Amino acid sequence: MTEVLVLAEHTDSGEVKKVTCELLTAARRFGSPSVVWTGPGVDAGIARLAEFGAEKVYVADSADFADYVVAPVAELLASLVGSTAPAAVLVAGTNEGKEIAGRLAVKTGSGVLTDAVNVVAGDDGVPVAEQPNFGGAITVHSVVRTGTPIIALRPNAIAAEPAAGAAAVETVDFAASDAAKTARVTEYVVAEKGERPDLTEASIVVSGGRGTGSADGFAIIEKLADALGAAVGASRAVTDAGWYPHQFQVGQTGKTVSPQLYVAVGISGAIQHRAGMQTSKTIIAINKDAEAPIFEVADFGVVGDLFTVVPQLIEDIGKQKKI
Amino acid sequence: MNIVVCVKQVPDTEVERTLRQGDGTLDRGSVDGVINYIDEFAIEEGLKIAETHGGEVTILTMGPAKASESIRKALSMGAHKAVHLIDDGLAGSDALETSLALAEVLKSIGFDLVILGSESTDARTGMMPAMLAERLGVPQLTLASKVDVSGSDVTIRRVSDDGYAVVTASLPAVVSVVEKTNEPRYPTFKGIMAAKKKPVQTLTLADISVDAGAVGLANAASWVSDFAARPPRAAGVVVEDEGDGGARVAGFLAERKFI
Repeated sequence: MTEVLVLAEHTDSGEVKKVTCELLTAARRFGSPSVVWTGPGVDAGIARLAEFGAEKVYVADSADFADYVVAPVAELLASLVGSTAPAAVLVAGTNEGKEIAGRLAVKTGSGVLTDAVNVVAGDDGVPVAEQPNFGGAITVHSVVRTGTPIIALRPNAIAAEPAAGAAAVETVDFAASDAAKTARVTEYVVAEKGERPDLTEASIVVSGGRGTGSADGFAIIEKLADALGAAVGASRAVTDAGWYPHQFQVGQTGKTVSPQLYVAVGISGAIQHRAGMQTSKTIIAINKDAEAPIFEVADFGVVGDLFTVVPQLIEDIGKQKKI
Repeated sequence: MNIVVCVKQVPDTEVERTLRQGDGTLDRGSVDGVINYIDEFAIEEGLKIAETHGGEVTILTMGPAKASESIRKALSMGAHKAVHLIDDGLAGSDALETSLALAEVLKSIGFDLVILGSESTDARTGMMPAMLAERLGVPQLTLASKVDVSGSDVTIRRVSDDGYAVVTASLPAVVSVVEKTNEPRYPTFKGIMAAKKKPVQTLTLADISVDAGAVGLANAASWVSDFAARPPRAAGVVVEDEGDGGARVAGFLAERKFI
């Protein structure tokens, strides 16, 4: 069966990111999934790859991937595309994943589809990607007509489904070319990270907007998020005002999220914001303005003061937990 | 230093946008065009570097005649000159084709530093900076929240979800900046007046020796097979808080098994 290359996202210790399991699930629709594992940690991750249907695992354990920006990964993938002639290459639709996809597309003269929320086999078996356009207002179906289809699948968009695979390791002897070693990483600085899940991978996201009024007022959003085990997001008004760090901005120019549950608190729901969250499965809105456009996309909305509604909600969540 | 800032005119994100029936391309006529929001940070970064290290900032854009509005704005912010790649044959180009055309322009006009916004608010592929670095064979210093030029070296902070990486390379290089890298300046009245006299060079495909068969909608490697407006979400329930708003949300969450 034709191979489908899946670029694994993982930590150095070999923890396989959830999106990799989602990519494997999608890859099985087009052929036999072959994981491409860059850097260390494969021994710890192999069981998980097998659990989600990886038949082969190409392992290139080179320091070049961590030492140089993006280009070495694209080079490795291009060489594997050449040797395996895959039905498709699937990467995570993260900032870095899209950069890798872009370079690979240039190297292989292939079309690339980014920001896919699903990918299925079309009539002739070729991958058809579903892409929300303009923040989800329009759904587009796209195909690749030239080269090897390269698809960047948005994290959290499809459900990962287990299926046993052989996960046979094939070691790849890889050293990046000099051309791929021009942008050198001299230091990694890891930000202090709490217990909260990653914004783009979280199944529940609680976001706060202008209605929180201040950095102090925004703290109530964190409390609600922690009560629900959710990630915290913010509207552009909040990050522009400096009430919460910029990397948590949800919207057209920030992160795009598709959680199972999105709770918008004190957010009016301008197009700018809806673009980043309206593909969420269930949406709850709390806002004092009954005319706020966020209510148009909400499954359940409360018109009221967030500083009375949210504390009551947190208390009730606590009660539910005790039952 | 010869700094080129790539700028894209995009439909205003503050209004509803749509695709054209038939070919699935963006209906650019239906909404006002504005300079891509994140590109303003790229322009500002270019101007700052030129002010500190000397040199000129050239604005490069590809697009129809209307894109001259964005060129004008960038020039009024302080950029020195502009190059406008304009050719009917480019209409409907995908990212792969666009990167080919822009790379050819960059090769012909020359550069020490190319600066872009990390993504556009319309297509949002986020691939253009990486594709240009690949095509030009120069270092990729992308997703920068901070850019430092020192002699012939550029060092950036490359942002990620869990922090940042410090990345360094020698010029020439491609840099992309994220939002909030700096505070883009507003055009002054003097700047707006001066912009009217600044040189704008227009180039066609023939000028950059790109074959019309290598670009445009008909030759795109990625293809929109169909599209439709997303079905509106089923109308939800909206209630007034009568002292029980929080409890009612909790009830909804319990009913849907979220708690």
